[in-house]
Amino acid sequence: MYDVAIIGGGIVGTALAAECAKYQLRALLIEKNNDVGDETTKANSAIIHAGYDPAPETLMGKLNVRGNALAKELCEKLSVPYKQIGSFVLAFDGEDVKTVEKLYDRGVKNGVPGIRILTAEEVREMEPSLSDEVKCALYAPSAGVIAPWEYAIALAENALENGCEFKMSHTVTGITKNGAQDFTVHTDKGDVSARFVINAAGVASDQIHNMVAAPSFAIRPNKGEYYLLDKSQGSLVSHVIFQCPSKVGKGVLVSPTVHGNLIVGPDAVDVEDRGDTSVAQDGLDFVAKVARRSTDKFALRENIRTFAGVRANSDVDDFIIREAEDAPGFIDAAGIKSPGLSCAPAIAEYVVELMAKSGLELRKKENHRDTREKIRFKELSEEEKQAVIAKDARYGRVVCRCETITEGEIVAALQNPLTPSTIDAVKRRCNAGMGRCQGGFCSPRVMEIIVRERGIDPLQVQKDKEGSYIVIGETKAQH
Amino acid sequence: MKYDLVVVGGGPAGLAAALKAYETGAGNILILERDQELGGILNQCIHNGFGLHYFKEELTGPEYAHKFIEMLKDTRVEVKLDTMVLDITQERVIHAINSKDGYMTIQAGAIVLAMGCRERTRGAIAIPGDRPAGVFTAGTAQRYINMEGYMVGKRVVILGSGDIGLIMARRMTLEGAKVLACVELMPYSNGLNRNIVQCLEDYGIPLYLSHTITKIEGKTRVEKVVVSKVDENRRPIPGTEITFDCDTVLLSVGLIPENEVSKTAQVALDRRTSGPIVFENMQTSVPGIFACGNVVHVHDLVDFVTQESQKAGENAALYVKGQYSDSEENCIALQNGEHVTYTVPQKIRPENVAKFTEVFFRVNAVMHDAEIKVCSGGEELLSFKREHMAPGEMEKIVVPKKALDAAKGREITVLVKA
Amino acid sequence: MKELTCIVCPKGCRLKVDEENDYAVTGNSCEKGAAYGYNELTNPMRMVTSTVKIQGGNHRRLPVKTSGDIPRKYVMDCVKLLDDVTVQAPVKTGDVILADIFGLGVNIIAAKDM
Repeated sequence: MYDVAIIGGGIVGTALAAECAKYQLRALLIEKNNDVGDETTKANSAIIHAGYDPAPETLMGKLNVRGNALAKELCEKLSVPYKQIGSFVLAFDGEDVKTVEKLYDRGVKNGVPGIRILTAEEVREMEPSLSDEVKCALYAPSAGVIAPWEYAIALAENALENGCEFKMSHTVTGITKNGAQDFTVHTDKGDVSARFVINAAGVASDQIHNMVAAPSFAIRPNKGEYYLLDKSQGSLVSHVIFQCPSKVGKGVLVSPTVHGNLIVGPDAVDVEDRGDTSVAQDGLDFVAKVARRSTDKFALRENIRTFAGVRANSDVDDFIIREAEDAPGFIDAAGIKSPGLSCAPAIAEYVVELMAKSGLELRKKENHRDTREKIRFKELSEEEKQAVIAKDARYGRVVCRCETITEGEIVAALQNPLTPSTIDAVKRRCNAGMGRCQGGFCSPRVMEIIVRERGIDPLQVQKDKEGSYIVIGETKAQH
Repeated sequence: MKYDLVVVGGGPAGLAAALKAYETGAGNILILERDQELGGILNQCIHNGFGLHYFKEELTGPEYAHKFIEMLKDTRVEVKLDTMVLDITQERVIHAINSKDGYMTIQAGAIVLAMGCRERTRGAIAIPGDRPAGVFTAGTAQRYINMEGYMVGKRVVILGSGDIGLIMARRMTLEGAKVLACVELMPYSNGLNRNIVQCLEDYGIPLYLSHTITKIEGKTRVEKVVVSKVDENRRPIPGTEITFDCDTVLLSVGLIPENEVSKTAQVALDRRTSGPIVFENMQTSVPGIFACGNVVHVHDLVDFVTQESQKAGENAALYVKGQYSDSEENCIALQNGEHVTYTVPQKIRPENVAKFTEVFFRVNAVMHDAEIKVCSGGEELLSFKREHMAPGEMEKIVVPKKALDAAKGREITVLVKA
Repeated sequence: MKELTCIVCPKGCRLKVDEENDYAVTGNSCEKGAAYGYNELTNPMRMVTSTVKIQGGNHRRLPVKTSGDIPRKYVMDCVKLLDDVTVQAPVKTGDVILADIFGLGVNIIAAKDM
């Protein structure tokens, strides 16, 4: 029997897995996809928010500032790309100015460090590309940009290294409550029993909840669409540029990404299908139009990718993190919408506290490791590059030419047992295929390396999720 | 490491430049190639139609490359394969890596940039819909099929009717796939007539002109695409949607010169070609750094890449030998007039022109019985008649030195009257 | 009367070929166009380029081509014939892979050293 079974390997589930792995517990993470962080976690604005937006009395307000501080520490230790670049909320008119002042007050209440209101002159000095219409802006220096998928991967790898178990590509089909703190979780590939079951199932969290407890909330899936522009546009602004939330635009931002691209988006569209990550022309047009109010200097012809993610919004105006009254030991970490990515490690701490209150004994592990090493060839100095190639010649062979990613980095990514044999899993771990040619040149070579390292047939290599086959057979055998 | 000349790229451009530089006496020459073999993109272009101008015979891509690789064997030109150039300084110091030599710092007397181009992707044209597996650029599919030996799909829709798209329509068909449609945004195809006939019509593949893909559907692998007719502003017309059940989309939506390395050397680029601004002898804005082939502008025929690259190689060798003037005092700037989208070269120094110089350009519309004019200060210096011109066909004119000498205000304009 | 696009040059003349009048060609601008129109209707010929499996090479496929044009109606049969061919490296450009296919006096030859 597991002490803790976590359902869902998004940022909340992986952060919780890493947190649980600090203690002498038998913990398990169950994920339906072949990779962690492969849904909402990978498709969002990739911002670690400062924490001025949520109301102080909400869980969101309580956990954001703590989550922000923890993110910084975790990214440093686990080698996750993260840059604390600070954020602006722009005010264009009198009503916006009031909103900015309100957000400032909230920020102070929530304990956001260094927050202040900038004059129009200060804004222009710090961000010369912004519109002349800007009246003032809220500045939060603690906001940052992150590689969210790598954040989840790093946390999962850290959890695995510290003894947490993983069942990947396992879909939960039902949960049986055998008694208090005694559950059987049924999956399409067998059952597991656990004392505590944590529902971190994101857009599916109401469905998981309803398997074992009376319905108490509903997920309202909401899609956000984005443009991702080439690095040629990445230095247009140097902070995360938000607008005031209003009727016209709900949070369309323009921001450099942690990898040096420019991200523009999102909109907010309610969707019925929780897996609907399709992009529509209307949505993209809306995003471009609203973003141009902040700056009209970005060039959409430099777009390299459009994408959309589905937020796990719910009918509750806050995160839903609590033990189900009718199922002691079943704890929801549900409806984790924005700023969920920013709060994730604080949510993990909070859930562990809830379990402790319900009687889970917490004894620290002695040999807990809290670091992760990663070679990013491109970022090394000349001498370090020399040394790393001398040690392993595979670092001398560039596979992804747009992002300068070497064979050594790809092989290293594939050495972790959590890495599925997919092109996108490699991309999320070392950036191969993330550049302007979008894998056009390197995907056949990445496939070759996956085949060699994993000893599998090319026909088994997928792009990403189960069923996303790249090649369908051999030539000379199709007539 | 020190070399008189370093050529970045061992495709058709780099090979021709290195060979010509060798003939011209450049001394020790090094080719840096990022792939495992020489020949570049020609290795996967297994169709015929190469070499008609240059060799006066019809060759496949690998055969065309083979001829140059064989010639190279008789020279002392050195080659480093599987080698990636990381950056180049304006002082012509190249930083490159490979598995064997590790991190290399190479001082070059002159450099020829010959990195070629890359394909525009789905992102560049922002096709709406899902993002499943099964969407390939035509060149990536070509590599999987022709070199790796794997089929990328069974039921295919191709977006773009440039030559690569047409060639892949036939190639997929010959390997047993069903190509349902070739879809072209423009009211005309940019491909050669020969390819429309022999790659589409021979196999009954319909060509939808003035159409585009407006949606890709499929959660894991492509299941459907929606194709819509477009109006004269290339906007989709609601109500004209046609749905194709398919598992594969191939994109042949344009090529972009690949100048990331050029940018590290501060080489000035032309927004219109996305390639370096070059002089009449293929030198870029940085003295001693030359460029040729698809890194400068996208060519239709490899034969012209070869000729342009020979010019670059020869002049790089002359630069190394010091037999070369790079004074810009009398430099003439070429302007793009009516219907002309770009010219290469963009600048001409008359003192480097012996009798004549060639100017390549493209037009922005299909035209019949057109007239090309070269003007300066409102005066017509030259004119040429063309029965047929199209954006997909690179044009070439020969400008004699005396026309350059007649130019006023150090500017000449190339324009076309329909 | 059959209409087709001439492929001799980029101009792309619309040719009309009269099958009932000894395949007389109109709409052409040059002699080559007339010859093309006549041949394309009476006996269209194509070069075939494809690949065959190769063992011991640096790739898994070797590019090949017909040593000359073959009648268009043989094209699909020709590529199907190649499905069952496997060659061993080394191979030189121009090596004969299959001789005299379908008795047409045309060979399948290697198009690359491997």
